[in-house]
Amino acid sequence: MFNLTKRTNQSKIHTLLLQLGAIVAALVAAGIVMWAMGYNPFVIYTKIVEGSVMVSENAKKGGVPYRLLQTINKAIPLVILSLGVSVAYKMKFWNIGAEGQFYIGALFAAYVAFNFKQLPPYILLPFMFLSAFIGGGLWGFIPAVLKNRFNASESLTTLMMNYIAIGIVTYLQLGPWRDPEAKGFGRMPYFTENAILPKVFGIHIGFIIALILAVIIFVLLKKTKLGYEIAVIGENETTAKYAGINTAKVLFITLFISGGICGIAGMIQASGIEKTLTDQISGGLGFTAIITAWLAKLSAPIILVVSFLFAMLLQGGAYLQVSMQIPAAISEVIQGIILFFVLGSEFFIQYKIVFSSKIKEAK
Amino acid sequence: MNDFINALALFLQSAVTMGTPLLLATIGGILAEKVGHLNLGVEGMMLMGAVIGYVTGINTGNPFIAIIAAGLVAALGALIYAFITVSLKGNQIVTGLALTIFGTGFANFIGSSLVGVTLPASVKGALSDFEMPILKDIPILGKMIFSQSIYVYVSLLLALLVWFYIKKTSFGLNMRSVGENPAAADASGINVTLYKYINICLGGFMCGIGGAYLSLVSVPSWQDNITAGIGWIAVALVIFATWNPIRAIFGAYLFGAIQCLDYKLQNVKFNFFGNPFTINAQLLSILPYFMTIIVLIFINIRKKKENQPPAGLGSAYFREER
Repeated sequence: MFNLTKRTNQSKIHTLLLQLGAIVAALVAAGIVMWAMGYNPFVIYTKIVEGSVMVSENAKKGGVPYRLLQTINKAIPLVILSLGVSVAYKMKFWNIGAEGQFYIGALFAAYVAFNFKQLPPYILLPFMFLSAFIGGGLWGFIPAVLKNRFNASESLTTLMMNYIAIGIVTYLQLGPWRDPEAKGFGRMPYFTENAILPKVFGIHIGFIIALILAVIIFVLLKKTKLGYEIAVIGENETTAKYAGINTAKVLFITLFISGGICGIAGMIQASGIEKTLTDQISGGLGFTAIITAWLAKLSAPIILVVSFLFAMLLQGGAYLQVSMQIPAAISEVIQGIILFFVLGSEFFIQYKIVFSSKIKEAK
Repeated sequence: MNDFINALALFLQSAVTMGTPLLLATIGGILAEKVGHLNLGVEGMMLMGAVIGYVTGINTGNPFIAIIAAGLVAALGALIYAFITVSLKGNQIVTGLALTIFGTGFANFIGSSLVGVTLPASVKGALSDFEMPILKDIPILGKMIFSQSIYVYVSLLLALLVWFYIKKTSFGLNMRSVGENPAAADASGINVTLYKYINICLGGFMCGIGGAYLSLVSVPSWQDNITAGIGWIAVALVIFATWNPIRAIFGAYLFGAIQCLDYKLQNVKFNFFGNPFTINAQLLSILPYFMTIIVLIFINIRKKKENQPPAGLGSAYFREER
């Protein structure tokens, strides 16, 4: 009948065409679903673009237009989280703990923000930044140790540690760190002015940090010895061991970096957007980031693009709810369908179907 | 003292009530993982089941059809997952997460028109607590065992059936070998692809009826994200139960009890030899996840063969690459 063989020459154009084809097919499929539910898919797609990047007539207040600003604000944590997980994925360590590392990073930063209020911002903010990196890094380091010492599956331990992290934040929010002036409302105090990220063009400087991190990760993975070792371990751990790479050491360092970067995303979200820490601060971004990192094939520049597109979907969905009373959940349905198609298309990038008549001819 | 016994009886009863959706979803997770597939779509499939069960319940007034519809729609979600991860060798983790995103969107989208719509009495009545006379008045354990929805007894039966299927039948043996070493199973003539599809979809069915328990019995009304993370606890529970459906029963009720304590202990003041203290609900809620990590470490230290994760868990099987 037919046989599957691995493609030896994966041309870039072929890959790109297949991926674009998958996205178009996904948009058509999602359109059919919307149409079946009684909505006009063209209107919905237009509104998503309109609500995420277009300038509305009555809301030009200087700086970046409001809706675009919202989209960028949503893209910033997504970019940083995706960069963070991509480091671990490069060595095939399935860190799905970005969510937890995000919360612990934010938690460490909040601790600094609450306890060192008197420091000037140019000291306080870097201090928060560093402690977020350490916090997230530790949360990534623990599963690495569990994997190395007890062979405990990282996708399971990191998943569990997400909920432990969120539980700790909830506990602090309702208990010891609760704002006594919030009148019975269970929240932490707001950060003081010097613990809040400054703005450039009306956007908090998280976007500059995200861009710098993208460059750092790109260089780290492509140009450094550590990056090379990570790639070798990702390809084949046994080969790496024979080549004399200290796999345990690389594992620990990589996971500390991976978790640390996710922690930085938490600090930026807490300081730049929420101006405090809550147990709702991420809302599943850590999981979305796994998908964006994977869709971007772990390439730092493409992560920027994919994260922005996902942020558009999120923001566009919110806009649909407000402007047309269509549940924002529709953007999740579209996301899911796009993912299914892209995941499926992966197969046709890696393998080709050879029909048996051709196999005979070849013989 | 009498008050205490009554309170304990009610507590045990609600531990089982809370544990039932967990149990069903955990059995679903076990079925998929036993054939080597870590499906992180449990939460999404539960939500799909919950919403379709509710819609069907409203429109047909028949609880049986509602539950079956809930299972089928979730099995359909699992089928998408199976097609991508089994046939197209897609990444299991990303596909599972995609299924959860899709399922959440699907449920909240359909559910947005269901807020405030109540279930017909025929559905509610058939699934409400089924009280056995006299037996239910046995102190402490009576309410837990003899005053529950029929759903609870069915879920127990399903757990036993799945245990029997995995451990005692030749199908179960084949299924386990698919999860442990698909290449060897293939070589011995087992249809690896078929076993994977069937068990993943059966697993989806279980998750779906687990979700429907929430919307039809324990809540019972529609609210956004009705599962509130139960699907993720189920993923943990699969490990906690070391892939064994019988242990899943105890695990589910234990985790269910922890969830109950969450609500109930918030304002209770205890007294330990004159030192008053309160048990913190938020810290208690992380206990299931914490215990699961401990179990993962423990099964590695003890190296008992039957408690290990399926060896082929997480990796795609590609015949031509053997």
